[in-house]
Amino acid sequence: MGMTEAILLTIITAATPLLIAALGELVVERSGVLNLGVEGMMIVGAASGFAAAILTGSTVIGILAGIGAGMILAAIFAALALGLAANQVATGLALTILGLGVSGLIGSEFVGARRDALAKIDLPWLSDLPVVGKILFGQDPLVYVSVLLAVGVWWFLWKTRAGLVLRAVGESHGAAHALGYSVLKIRFLAVLFGGGCAGLAGAYLSLAYTPFWSPGMTAGRGWIALAIVVFASWLPLRAVIGAYLFGGVTVLQLHAQARGWGIPSQAMSALPYLATILVLVLISVRRRGDAQAPAALGTPFVPDR
Amino acid sequence: MRVILERRDDRPAWLSLASPLAAVTLTMIAGAMLFALLGKDPLAALKVFFIDPLGDGWALQELAVKATPLILIAVGLTLCYRSNTWNIGAEGQLVMGAVFGSWLALATHGTANGPWVLPAMLVLGVLGGMAWGLIPALLKARLGVNEILTSLMLVYVAELLLDYLVRGRWRDPQGFNFPQSVSFEPEATMPILFGAGRLHIGFAIAVAVALVAALLMARSLKGFEIRLAGEAPRAARFAGFGTARTTLLVFAVSGGLAGLAGIIEVAGPLGQLQPSISPGYGFTAIIVAFLGRLNPIGALIAGLFLALTFIGGENAQIAMRIPLDVTRVFQGLLLFFVLGCDTFLLYRLRRVPNLRTA
Repeated sequence: MGMTEAILLTIITAATPLLIAALGELVVERSGVLNLGVEGMMIVGAASGFAAAILTGSTVIGILAGIGAGMILAAIFAALALGLAANQVATGLALTILGLGVSGLIGSEFVGARRDALAKIDLPWLSDLPVVGKILFGQDPLVYVSVLLAVGVWWFLWKTRAGLVLRAVGESHGAAHALGYSVLKIRFLAVLFGGGCAGLAGAYLSLAYTPFWSPGMTAGRGWIALAIVVFASWLPLRAVIGAYLFGGVTVLQLHAQARGWGIPSQAMSALPYLATILVLVLISVRRRGDAQAPAALGTPFVPDR
Repeated sequence: MRVILERRDDRPAWLSLASPLAAVTLTMIAGAMLFALLGKDPLAALKVFFIDPLGDGWALQELAVKATPLILIAVGLTLCYRSNTWNIGAEGQLVMGAVFGSWLALATHGTANGPWVLPAMLVLGVLGGMAWGLIPALLKARLGVNEILTSLMLVYVAELLLDYLVRGRWRDPQGFNFPQSVSFEPEATMPILFGAGRLHIGFAIAVAVALVAALLMARSLKGFEIRLAGEAPRAARFAGFGTARTTLLVFAVSGGLAGLAGIIEVAGPLGQLQPSISPGYGFTAIIVAFLGRLNPIGALIAGLFLALTFIGGENAQIAMRIPLDVTRVFQGLLLFFVLGCDTFLLYRLRRVPNLRTA
């Protein structure tokens, strides 16, 4: 396997959790809700996914546990931000703080435990093709799930009636309410979906990417996923580009550290965060303002009967 | 029958006091349930967490030491959140304040220096935090970049910079390769308030800052500008108060105060630079600001309460082998309950019969 091929493979595995989490948050934000708790949901997904996989010996159960854990945290967020119309920014931050603590409690028994990474699929003939074989046909199943998810979210938001309603709720909850749609129910489902995605992204980190549990292992990936949503202008297919771009930066940083080009390792580690800031700046300069953000993003909705 | 939120016409004063108290009570109840889940005696654990740290003079001093950075940062964040500006990167501004201030302490180390060193360090700390805070503020004011994400990303960058300095050029050459700087000289450390003890003048500074901020917020035009920017942004624009100017101002103040907290922490309890100088004060201060109802005096009281969770968490780890992460869980739960209870300041619950939509 050549060097380029190896790098491309690692970029894909680094990008997959970012993509999954970003797609979930994209749907949430399209419904007009800003959930800043992605980092918290992701890390609880990582801890509970790994714990469940160790306890049951099943990766599938681990993945499901990660999704479930993300959804439970998302439901707590929804109860406050939707049910009690609390400030969404602050509630999301609370979710992240809570998630970091809860993940530590869940994971404390499993620090140092190891298991095999999620198996890569191996198609008899296709996986052996030169260059593209391993990259296109030799990934783990969740990589394909993430790409299908991107297409699925695009299809749902732009080709189905339910997707249209969800976007309408995100643009003007008052109008959607007047038309008889249940704004809070739609938003609740969107938030649950976002939580499930964040939990899945976390489980991918602890079951396929590393594969072990260590406290604080998400290292800001949840926040980078939030930045990818902005970068993607709330468009699912652009989120794929964003995720792979950030995956690329992560991997570049790792390879540069391994080579030791005389650059301090801390400077290389800072790269993904600096790249996030740079990308946000470039996007804002090009767009001037948040013209493409859902108009009702972050504003609470209280139905007046 | 279903339950809906209905906007209140009145805002009774007792409610704004009752709401944080209710949140604290609910957190305690949830905490007791959590301890029971962990297989510990809930009442004993609550006692270790919230009563024992108030035991004697020593313990109270420790509480004030821990509360100092929380109060300083939270007062700054109060201004930010009041104006609807979301600085969530105080942790990074704290680190940069510590880095800037420590530069002077290390540069004057071993030279004949005078009593001017410490005040100059504090000023540098404020400037360092301010500079770091102004990056997201400028990006927001000039280019419309979302300040939430940029301020948070800069936390990671600041922590990596500190790590680089402490492991590299600022490492104590006689320190047996430990990643830490030399211990600061007496001229570069915070004076102790009462003879033998840990309480330093940083706490007095924090209290003074909270009082001054409360006065300015309530009585000055700038304070009015900040409150108006958050409560009625359109009215603020019509009044000619520039949104960009307010953003820069609140970020400069909150960044400066976080930087001050950073250099006070390093020149006070720590006495040297280390790779990690804060157990997340910058994030906990967000909770302090909200528990204090976005009011500087409230932040003063709430800061003392959250300092309790830090000390209680450490005690519980030693005495009852409860994982340290419980502190974070507590803090997260507290913020949830605070936000939930605050809803009832604006709304009341009302039961209405199920209407069939025609």
